[in-house]
Amino acid sequence: MTEKYNMPDERGHFGPYGGVFVAETLMPPIKELNAAYQHYLSDPEFIRELDADLKYYVGRPSPLYHAERWSRELGGAQIYLKREDLNHTGSHKINNTVGQALLAKRMGKTRIIAETGAGQHGVATATIAARLGLECVVYMGAVDVARQSLNVYRMKLLGATVVAVESGSKTLKDALNEALRDWVTNVDNTFYIIGTVAGPHPYPAMVRDFQSIIGREAKEQCIEATGRLPDALVACVGGGSNAIGLFYPFIEDKSVKMYGVEAAGDGVSTGRHSAPLCAGRPGVLHGNRTYLMCDDDGEIIETHSISAGLDYPGVGPEHAWLKDTGRANYVNITDTEALEGFYALTRMEGIIPALESSHAMAYTMKLAPTMNKDETIIINLSGRGDKDMQTMAKLEGIEL
Amino acid sequence: MSRLAAKFEALAKTGSKALIPFITAGDPRPDFTVPLMHAMVKAGVDIIELGVPFSDPMADGPVIQRASERALTHKMSLKRTLEIAAEFRKTDQETPLVVMGYLNPIEAMGYEDFANAAQRADIDGVLTVDLPPEEGIECSTLLKARGIDPIFLLAPNSSEERVKKMDAAGSGYIYYVSLKGVTGAGHLNAVDVENKLQQIRANTKLPIAIGFGVKDAASAKTIANIGDGVVIGSALISKIEDNIDNLDQASNEIIELLISIRQAMDN
Repeated sequence: MTEKYNMPDERGHFGPYGGVFVAETLMPPIKELNAAYQHYLSDPEFIRELDADLKYYVGRPSPLYHAERWSRELGGAQIYLKREDLNHTGSHKINNTVGQALLAKRMGKTRIIAETGAGQHGVATATIAARLGLECVVYMGAVDVARQSLNVYRMKLLGATVVAVESGSKTLKDALNEALRDWVTNVDNTFYIIGTVAGPHPYPAMVRDFQSIIGREAKEQCIEATGRLPDALVACVGGGSNAIGLFYPFIEDKSVKMYGVEAAGDGVSTGRHSAPLCAGRPGVLHGNRTYLMCDDDGEIIETHSISAGLDYPGVGPEHAWLKDTGRANYVNITDTEALEGFYALTRMEGIIPALESSHAMAYTMKLAPTMNKDETIIINLSGRGDKDMQTMAKLEGIEL
Repeated sequence: MSRLAAKFEALAKTGSKALIPFITAGDPRPDFTVPLMHAMVKAGVDIIELGVPFSDPMADGPVIQRASERALTHKMSLKRTLEIAAEFRKTDQETPLVVMGYLNPIEAMGYEDFANAAQRADIDGVLTVDLPPEEGIECSTLLKARGIDPIFLLAPNSSEERVKKMDAAGSGYIYYVSLKGVTGAGHLNAVDVENKLQQIRANTKLPIAIGFGVKDAASAKTIANIGDGVVIGSALISKIEDNIDNLDQASNEIIELLISIRQAMDN
């Protein structure tokens, strides 16, 4: 059943997607980064240090938790949660920042920049920068600064400078634009830690490789718990780093179905959503070719989602490829449905998920009842909901 | 010979350098652009770079970002930029015209449709900021087949190998980005530019236009002594922003600045 999967090609292409689409000034640092990454990927000392950080600093392996009560309630497949919410800093984002920061250090870079949407990647970057004593600047859309103020405060506590980006739609895509502008200006001493599987090559492959620890552990843990591979994987998709982290080690296991859950916002038919794979078209943004939300003129459309971390008009190029080849299924969940997922996990299992991860919970509520009791679903619980308390309280009309 | 090649050849004969203004099509509104283009030609510019407004101009500083935003409020697009170019061509068949922008609007139109539309609009060159030659072969082949020059960028950190690559892939001219940064940044260093130009010229015979960081007659004169052409963008567009309620004044100030630059470059 297995078929060799070896994407991307050496210039970063996943079929027609991916690649390197950047202004000339960024070509040399990207080449430098790619060379360093290829080198350290097989350097035993680098791998040893990374593994030690993941174990003692991040707290890996994260548990694979059998949500028995919730599984019973839904009356179908057995649901297992990959507990990335239990990582240091509260989400899967730290897996990648630990890896890229080690790379930055070895490359002699003294300054770290990052973009962030919900603030989870910003916090994970500020955290590792603090630990390594590196200067850190985080770009965040002004809209996101307002709705994720708790994370802004955390980043500042950690010593990072948070720049509120006022251009364009003032959300994640604009933060990425501004980080790219910073990089082009400070290219000599600066390492750009991209938080998702997008951007120019090698970022999509590199971030995937750092995040695929999620899927490698989950596979082993699932076999240990159930004696076999899972039947389905479910993960939310904004840029797609937590989803690819879970999916990648299973790509060659054809019996395992994969579901990437995009944010439908007010509903895909309303146009107010963040679901480029479900309702977008191929194009080029932020250094790679992928599915985008853009109009007929190629201008990027403003996105909408209740979760800042999914509020992005593009998606990692590998997801575009997995969609076109049919290896993964991409579905969508509205804001309202995501909230149902949020409450369900909170009250059934005593685990408060991030609003991003709540999209995966909500899709599982549709999927699990259609499956047999002896089948298994693994959901990537990519982050915890602490950062969303203000948003939730506001929705419920409660003043904290 | 393309209009661009002919222009640089003619300038070289007289020992003169190309003055190349960059403006964003449709900024601050669509009917402002064509009259401004004609007025700039009268003021002595040699080539016009016409920017295609884009929602996410990653290589541009705040001045050109805002120009894009203003133009987009009037639903400007790649298609309408080419219409503006065609309109200009009706009464000016001499001045070379370069369309400069980002890839996604071209992706949305389709490479072949774009190349055909650019040919119909009688465009002379296309510069796509986020399309390096590695990814750009398909598009530049279509353009070249229609007599349109694909123009590529070089930067202060470009290696000799990159220069050779641009020499092979590009035509018309090479756009040298004079500093590490975005458009409109203010830290141009003439000595650095001069040193780098020597390395570039050792590997290409293409004319070299220098942009990013040119803001007035003095900096233009310095750059003109080094390169074959001087690109000025943000400083012109600032005049629009400063006089947004009086566009005649904006136009006058742009022309005054260009005339002063022309004089400085020619003396």
